[in-house]
Amino acid sequence: MAARRRLVSALLVFLCASSVFSGAESQEATLTGGHRAAAVDDPPTDTERAEQAAEQPAVEERRWEATEVEEATPDEAAGEKQDTSAPGTAAPSSAPQPKDDFQEELVVRPLHSGDIYASFQFRTLWETDFTRENKVSHYRLFPKSLGQVISKFSVRELHISFTQGYWRTMQWGQPFLPSPPGAELWVWFQDSVTDVDGTWKELTNVLSGIFCASLNFIDSTNTVQPSASFKPLGIGNATDHRFLRYATLPREIVCTENLTPWKKLLPCGSKAGLAVLLKSEKLFHSSFHSQAVHIRPVCEDRQCKTTSWELRQTLNVVFDLYTSGQGKREWSLFKMFSRTLTEACPLASSSKIYIDVTDNPQGEQFELSPATALLSQAVVLGDRRTFSVYDLTQQITFGSVRSLNLLIRWKSTEGDMLRPLLHAERYVAGYGLQTGEIHTLMYNNHPYRSFPVLLLDSVPWYLRLYIHTLTVTSKGKDNKPSYIHYQPSKDRLRPHLLEMLVQLPPNSVTEVTVQFERALLKWTEYTPDPNHGFYVGSSVISSLVPSIVAMDTNSTLKRPLFSSFFPCKEESSFFVRIYTEPLLVNLPTPDFSMPYNVICLTCTVVAVGYGSLYNLLTRSFQIEEPSPGLAKRIANIIRKMRGVPPL
Amino acid sequence: MAAPLTLLLLVAVTVRAALFRSCLTELIAERVEVVSPLTAWKRGKGAPAAFSGGVVLTPLIIYLFHFLVDYAEVTFMLADVITAVALYMAVADYNKQVFRKQKYALEADRYPLDCLELIRSPKEMYYIPLKVAMFYLLNPFTILCCVAKSTCGLNNAIIALFILTTIKGSVLLSAIFLSLATYQSIYPLTLCAPALLYLMQRQYIPVNFRRFSFWWFIAQYAFMYLGSLFVLVCLSFFLLGSWDYLPSVYGFILSVPDLTPNIGLFWYFFAEMFEHFRLFFLCVFQINVFFYTIPLSVKLKEHPVFLIFMQLAVISIFKSYPTVGDIALYMAFIPVWNHLHRFLRNIFLVSCVLLACSALFPVLWHLWIYAGSANSNFYYAITLLFNVRNFPCNRTNTKLRRRRKETREAEAVSRTERRHASGTSFRFLQLSYAKQTELH
Repeated sequence: MAARRRLVSALLVFLCASSVFSGAESQEATLTGGHRAAAVDDPPTDTERAEQAAEQPAVEERRWEATEVEEATPDEAAGEKQDTSAPGTAAPSSAPQPKDDFQEELVVRPLHSGDIYASFQFRTLWETDFTRENKVSHYRLFPKSLGQVISKFSVRELHISFTQGYWRTMQWGQPFLPSPPGAELWVWFQDSVTDVDGTWKELTNVLSGIFCASLNFIDSTNTVQPSASFKPLGIGNATDHRFLRYATLPREIVCTENLTPWKKLLPCGSKAGLAVLLKSEKLFHSSFHSQAVHIRPVCEDRQCKTTSWELRQTLNVVFDLYTSGQGKREWSLFKMFSRTLTEACPLASSSKIYIDVTDNPQGEQFELSPATALLSQAVVLGDRRTFSVYDLTQQITFGSVRSLNLLIRWKSTEGDMLRPLLHAERYVAGYGLQTGEIHTLMYNNHPYRSFPVLLLDSVPWYLRLYIHTLTVTSKGKDNKPSYIHYQPSKDRLRPHLLEMLVQLPPNSVTEVTVQFERALLKWTEYTPDPNHGFYVGSSVISSLVPSIVAMDTNSTLKRPLFSSFFPCKEESSFFVRIYTEPLLVNLPTPDFSMPYNVICLTCTVVAVGYGSLYNLLTRSFQIEEPSPGLAKRIANIIRKMRGVPPL
Repeated sequence: MAAPLTLLLLVAVTVRAALFRSCLTELIAERVEVVSPLTAWKRGKGAPAAFSGGVVLTPLIIYLFHFLVDYAEVTFMLADVITAVALYMAVADYNKQVFRKQKYALEADRYPLDCLELIRSPKEMYYIPLKVAMFYLLNPFTILCCVAKSTCGLNNAIIALFILTTIKGSVLLSAIFLSLATYQSIYPLTLCAPALLYLMQRQYIPVNFRRFSFWWFIAQYAFMYLGSLFVLVCLSFFLLGSWDYLPSVYGFILSVPDLTPNIGLFWYFFAEMFEHFRLFFLCVFQINVFFYTIPLSVKLKEHPVFLIFMQLAVISIFKSYPTVGDIALYMAFIPVWNHLHRFLRNIFLVSCVLLACSALFPVLWHLWIYAGSANSNFYYAITLLFNVRNFPCNRTNTKLRRRRKETREAEAVSRTERRHASGTSFRFLQLSYAKQTELH
């Protein structure tokens, strides 16, 4: 870590010099030079992952390509200040290196719809081995509850997310960390686990307790083993999907009781640092809220000699400040979170706030105050973004009032967003309660390049899919998937799993339809509000999307000719995972007030059948004289009384 | 005789072909009365080659589908034609025997004078086989089944061939077709009792438990039956490479996990069942199919063909996923007993209920599923009524048969006895039940 800091500061000095001595034209060259330096500087995990990404689609959503810090202001004094502060940050690196490390950051991105997207990430790295024989007993920054879960259930990777609301890709662009509405859990187990299903069942129950969520409702009817869509994000190139379990609970409602245990996992809790902002009364008054925990093993050095465990806690929230702010487009930390920042978490090695100012290079869109000298550039989701950086470990950030309240005031409302290259939607077609059809639409907005996507659908058993009705069409033509993995459901045991690899032609809509039949369930299997309908979890679409940076539509841009013939390979595609809407499907219902009546009536009918057969089988037939008429009988009685023989 | 039959077959095939070409095919194929999960072509078509669950068709049918997927319409029409021809030949053969017996009885002067009206003339018997074939081929239920590509038509063909081979006296073929029918759906197993009775009657083997010949014949038949069943099961195993289909097909028939509405008694009953009573009632309901075999074969041991008819009727009522195709099969036999129609009770009411139910099934289904203005109870009430209708039908017929037997034995049947039956009042009771249900 210390070596890295030193490199960063060296790079900083180099860049300062180059920016002073060279003009705007050479800045491009330094940028590429910076790239190379940054690539060397990058933690080996990232580069490794970038290599993996080329081979398999499921690696990392987020890639920090070039993190160079450059001087933005022509002010010589500011440069001086920066220079002096750089060794300041490097100073603690001389201290003995701790085996665990905590970083926190907040990214704020103003969205084009007028909403504000805030994304918190807290990362704890710990160089330890949970899987070895003697138990890990001394915990410092890493939460003990999760450490015990990892060692007890031999977890290789664990990803859990709780989301309230649906991420609107078309309006908001891609999120940093995608998640489906409701709860999602996917786990890779170690190869040593023999009874994966049993372990999974126990694990969901334990996590249910840790996060105060209804994860205990995860059972075999909503668990699937995707064969291609979910690859491990950490080290270890496991491909045997017997050790993978994936489940979603689309109906899960996320609220304060899930946030509190999540905050308790942080080293500083919600006492200091960025976590101070996480107040539930504001967080849940938002359009979208998603909190997640990702645990995975990562490499510590380039040769991957030592591995460490990474715990990444993320919280994404979208505030609708436009409508709640009486039409005024203005936000501040205080307005969003009803708190301001006063300090970084003392345990954190790095604590930063990034504000996305890509759309605002000259400050014509909005005005950011207090202004910062630090700028950072990164390639996020295939797009090169510029961020203003506030380092909370520096006292100078908080200014004279000892509190940081970031404020953005919009000047103009125009500005258009680049349409996301890939987005998807899904709906149920048809009427009545007998059959229906699921339509999944996948949009490729890339003007000239086609790319493959992996579509994963997990449909509950009570929608009986007719897989022979599956059609994939794009641009009015049949688009045959190159890979289809279909696992049929078993009633009350397991869901349908449909995975396919589809090539999306450029600038097109691809429609996947499949028909299904709705089942009538037992009356005890319905939810308490059966006429509300049943939720079907989101489809998952994973893809390597061509990068916007490499899209290179602007060939008029001035740059050296030697650098522009072949498209830039290292940024040519990036991994994206998107989730469609969950579906709400109505099923036919029996009359819940009638069990006794139905049992009685049906049993009566069966008894009637039995009775009539029994009657006929046991009856014996005999000859009998026709009974005499009434008059004759009376006459006979009289004759009997008279002593005369009857008629 | 061949000309009218050919004409009939042509008419039947034309009707089916016309319906296959019409826009009604899709509509009919979705009707729950016509296709059950066990017989739906739609499910078979989607079945993957590897049998991993979710599919409840037997492997042989799946492979048949696999090869005949392009000729499905022809296959189903052919199955109906085979059924009709087999029934035609079987009934013709059976009638010859009946006629011979009747002649001997007349010659021996064993009929009393007041029973002469029950004696059948050769002329009316001449047309019975044709009527049977017509009842099967032109029955709207059969046509619907065929157009919906319900595999019920194939099962019926197998059963018809079984009846034909039994009546022709071929022990081996009878055992083979019975095992095929059993393999398709467990219930035809109960038909082994009438088959044994008939074959023994034909070979003059007395039904006597102390006789060695009786047991020897049963052992022979059982060996052939079990042997061919074993071959079928192993064949399916080799086709699929796993035993998964056994629990998934036969477990499906016996444990009734799929509660899709149909015309039977099971679906709503087990949808509304309390979970801890489920197994008990499952056993009670399933026993009903098999249970009646013993008393019926004791009672009707002299009349195995009528026993076949009775068993088919019992199966069509008590099986877990009945369709109208099952009912069509036993209704085809009604002309065989037409000389007894004078003893049928409440023909008018029973046929009215049949017509009304057939009309109300789609209406109430639409109200429940599409319009949303009715609920499941409406449809359930109609299935209840439909099944209640089936019982008296049985009952009357059994009675008739009984009556006929008595006649044969030259007993004068008293008129009182007929009035004695409380059938009419009884049926009204059931009707009022159904009405109550509707009110709910």
